[in-house]
Amino acid sequence: MRIPCPYCGERDRREFTVLGDADPVRPNGMDADAGAMFEYVYPRTNAAGPAREFWYHGSGCHAWLVVERDTRTHAINKVISARQAALSREQGGA
Amino acid sequence: MSYRLPSGGRIDRSRSLQFKFDGRSYRGFQGDTLASALLANGVQLVGRSFKYHRPRGILSAGSEEPNALVELRSGARREPNTRATTVELYDGLEAASQNRWPSLRFDLLSLTAPLSPFMGAGFYYKTFMWPAAFWEKLYEPLIRRAAGLGCAAGLPDPDHYEKAFLYSDVLVIGAGPAGLAAALAAGRSGARVVLCDESFEFGGRLLSERREIDGAPADAWLAAVKAELASMPEVRLMPRTTVFGVYDGGTYGALERVADHLPEPPPHQPRQRYWQIIAKRAVLASGAIERPIVFGGNDRPGVMLAGAVRTYINRFGVVPGRQCVVVTTGDDGWRTAYDLQSAGANVAIVDARKSVGPALLAKADKAGIRVLLGAQAKAVHGRMLVAGLDVVLESGATEYLPCDLVAMSNGWNPAIHLTTHLGGKPAWDAARFAFLPPQALPPGLSVVGAASGEYGLARGLEQGGAAGASAAQDCGFDAVPLPQMRAEDDGRDASPVWMPVTSKKAFVDFQNDVTASDVQLAHREGFCAVEHLKRYTTLGMATDQGKTSNVAGHAMMAALCGVDIARAGTTVFRPPYTPVAIGALAGHHRGKDFRPYRLTPSHDFAREQGAVFVETGLWLRAQYFPQAGDRDWLDAVVREVNAVRSSVGVCDVSTLGKIDIQGADAAEFLNRVYINGWTNLAVGKARYGLMLREDGFVMDDGTTARLGETHFVMTTTTANAVRVMQHLEFCHQVLWPSLDVRMVSVTEQWAQYSIAGPRARDVLRGVVDPQYDLSNEAFPYLASGAVTVGGGIAARLFRISFSGELAYELAVPASYGNAAIRAIMEAGKPYGIRPYGTEALGVMRIEKGHVAGNELNGQTTARDLGLGKMMSGKKDYIGRVMAARPALLDTSRPRFVGFRPVNTADRLRAGSHFVSAGKPATAENDEGFMTSVAYSPTLQHWVGLGLLRNGPERVGEVIRCVDPLRGEAMDVEVCSPVFVDPKEERLRV
Repeated sequence: MRIPCPYCGERDRREFTVLGDADPVRPNGMDADAGAMFEYVYPRTNAAGPAREFWYHGSGCHAWLVVERDTRTHAINKVISARQAALSREQGGA
Repeated sequence: MSYRLPSGGRIDRSRSLQFKFDGRSYRGFQGDTLASALLANGVQLVGRSFKYHRPRGILSAGSEEPNALVELRSGARREPNTRATTVELYDGLEAASQNRWPSLRFDLLSLTAPLSPFMGAGFYYKTFMWPAAFWEKLYEPLIRRAAGLGCAAGLPDPDHYEKAFLYSDVLVIGAGPAGLAAALAAGRSGARVVLCDESFEFGGRLLSERREIDGAPADAWLAAVKAELASMPEVRLMPRTTVFGVYDGGTYGALERVADHLPEPPPHQPRQRYWQIIAKRAVLASGAIERPIVFGGNDRPGVMLAGAVRTYINRFGVVPGRQCVVVTTGDDGWRTAYDLQSAGANVAIVDARKSVGPALLAKADKAGIRVLLGAQAKAVHGRMLVAGLDVVLESGATEYLPCDLVAMSNGWNPAIHLTTHLGGKPAWDAARFAFLPPQALPPGLSVVGAASGEYGLARGLEQGGAAGASAAQDCGFDAVPLPQMRAEDDGRDASPVWMPVTSKKAFVDFQNDVTASDVQLAHREGFCAVEHLKRYTTLGMATDQGKTSNVAGHAMMAALCGVDIARAGTTVFRPPYTPVAIGALAGHHRGKDFRPYRLTPSHDFAREQGAVFVETGLWLRAQYFPQAGDRDWLDAVVREVNAVRSSVGVCDVSTLGKIDIQGADAAEFLNRVYINGWTNLAVGKARYGLMLREDGFVMDDGTTARLGETHFVMTTTTANAVRVMQHLEFCHQVLWPSLDVRMVSVTEQWAQYSIAGPRARDVLRGVVDPQYDLSNEAFPYLASGAVTVGGGIAARLFRISFSGELAYELAVPASYGNAAIRAIMEAGKPYGIRPYGTEALGVMRIEKGHVAGNELNGQTTARDLGLGKMMSGKKDYIGRVMAARPALLDTSRPRFVGFRPVNTADRLRAGSHFVSAGKPATAENDEGFMTSVAYSPTLQHWVGLGLLRNGPERVGEVIRCVDPLRGEAMDVEVCSPVFVDPKEERLRV
């Protein structure tokens, strides 16, 4: 599998480390409750099909990426910077 | 007796080569394969079959060969199961037949042949059932001896192998006419083209046939195309290279046989090179593989594929027989008959079809070839070599045809293997009687020529040229299809016959000895699904992956079940297309180079001191420094610990992870990743920090120093350095992207040394430049800051201690590491300084009750480790919420305490388990386990750390410590984990 890193271009997947589902959002702050944190830490859909995943370009630019791919075919639809995605979410949500 | 034609073929008759087969000397020519050279010398019998030890000859002329498997070379270079049909002949080649004893002609195990009616499909499963205990001791060794192929050398491979990456626009797989046309069309556009072919000569079937292109012999076209391709700077020609697998993202695995055609690889050359080719587009032109016909004795030496016979005649100038019968179910076999006749052999044609085209008949008539239509081969006569063939005529009568060669053709299977590697299902084409590439091809791949089921030469050239141009266009090049070429289209379609007309052994899968009756048995016993058929009979499970057998087996089963083969389905192919040596996949990653290893900047110093090294992660760290007269490693460790506790020692701690963290929000960032607070840490101070995973369990620990208002340097454990860096990046980039903080790993930029012991300050005084005040008042415990050493070299000093002694860690730029440790040793000479290794480091941390990797095992919480009071209640941090789950607050969880043996002569064992006094040592009474133990030179007995239910509340209790693996048990007293200097009087002086 090859992943087009937005900073480095298309690279072999062995340069990357996968973390998993990119959809859960961490409930930050002192008022985060155990229920919300449980939802963030444990349940995963493990989809057979389109999935959004965190990948880390550890042997490259050290950027965390959100990779949209099909887990059945490994076809990659879109790759964006996870930081950019998080910043837009912060701005959108704030 | 030579079977070589006086002229013709693509061999170089001026270069005669000597070779040996089973100890006998023969001669062949440059350009021969081992198989063609053996056939030229009249050697048909080359091996024994896998299960029945039947004599076997050469079936094919390519990589699909299931019979002619030999041991190539000798000694450490011996390679078993090498296909004689793909081995390029070289001077001095040595090969031997395999799976026979004592000799190929007289094989004792072939005496099992009379038993073979009892050795059908499922034989092993049914026969060797009882008693079960006999399987491992008796049956399996017997079967392994009897069945099987060649023997591996059993010696280390003296050659080396390489891995390499290759990037291209267009990869063309197969250099037959369609592949050459594709490469040419793509190459002319300037695209980066890679053209691979498994053979040592480009041309594919053109080498095997006598064809014309644009009115001239195809040879002329071939030579012109090869010359043009060779002249193109962006085209890379890779003969002897098999593309064996298709992977995601346009990645193709290929094996280049760099030196297999030579006795030994030339100096500095690998034997083979494993390529990972990344191509934007690929054109598959892998051709087709001919199908055998299933008749009695179709495996006897002298029965060959008809297309292979043409290859031997036209490419190698060898006629494998003098009296030949061509058994065919389509027009293609007739071409073999014509070529045999032209080469001087006597030929008869047996065609299962009742009528054929008039042109075929006219040509046969003109050549004087006897034709039997509506006739089928029944059974071969002869054992070591074909002597004749029984043919069932259209009338139903049987006629015996004496012959020494049977050439068979049952149509062709497109070589679609690579098209199914990503999961595509082959599509049955009833008109062609063949499986074609799936509708859903691997992305970027197109299939042309015979591989796509288009057998005609003109059609293949046209398709190849168009696909090559289109692939190059997709990569942004201005490509045009090749001008149309004129060539005769050779119909290769057949009306295949699947069922044998005999009860004699008729083989479907030659390599695994699967017969028609095995398929029939599988059907009777209900193993009708192709996947069941495969596993029950082992059809297609040999190293040839059923290239010549699968379709016949599946068609036979479909017929028995009365269903269409399209419904019966087929198994899909997986990489590799042909076997790949493990050595090639490993490349240079063997022995001590299996993984890379990392050396610290002062590795040479440690080596000079005679250090014994231990692998920690990828690092090699000094474990201890033995000296002459030591009884064992413990003597060295005791000496090193005593040096530190009584005077001073130095330890290389460069392997600790070091992360430089800067930014206005750096302190806030640390607040969020560590459980303890950081905002109040003064510049010039260091603090111990503990971080959790989000699920509330401990992840890592270390010391972090504040070098400036917005500048911190964090240390991590050696083992977790990479993981922590990744975690911090995640926290910053994903969780809190607005924080103004940046970080970088500086592990390799700084060499770091721990100088520990009562005389540590005195030693340091001789290393750090004099303007720095190192007094306890000016640089107290947990002070940190920039200093210079050696007259102005920038360094960092941290007063932190793992040993519990007065201790400093001095960091210098990595390039000064080797000099720094020598300077420290020099300065420490008056105090008897000793270098100490990771063992002494570990002993002293256990004596001090510091947690390390054994305790940070992924199952412990901060509270378990007695570090709960570090957990800040004033801020959010990773793992805070989950760590507060009720079950994790339960004080009856195994928690961190120390242990001392009641009998001080007892040796404690890490991994031993605790049970309360008086309770039996059973799993339900298990109360925890010992995580770390050490012999304490300071206390002069063993001490241990461990996790015990309600541990801290049980200090003073005597419990049992059991080690069922070693059969040991002893009484231990629960105690504080801090064995040495609990009041920290030695630390702060």
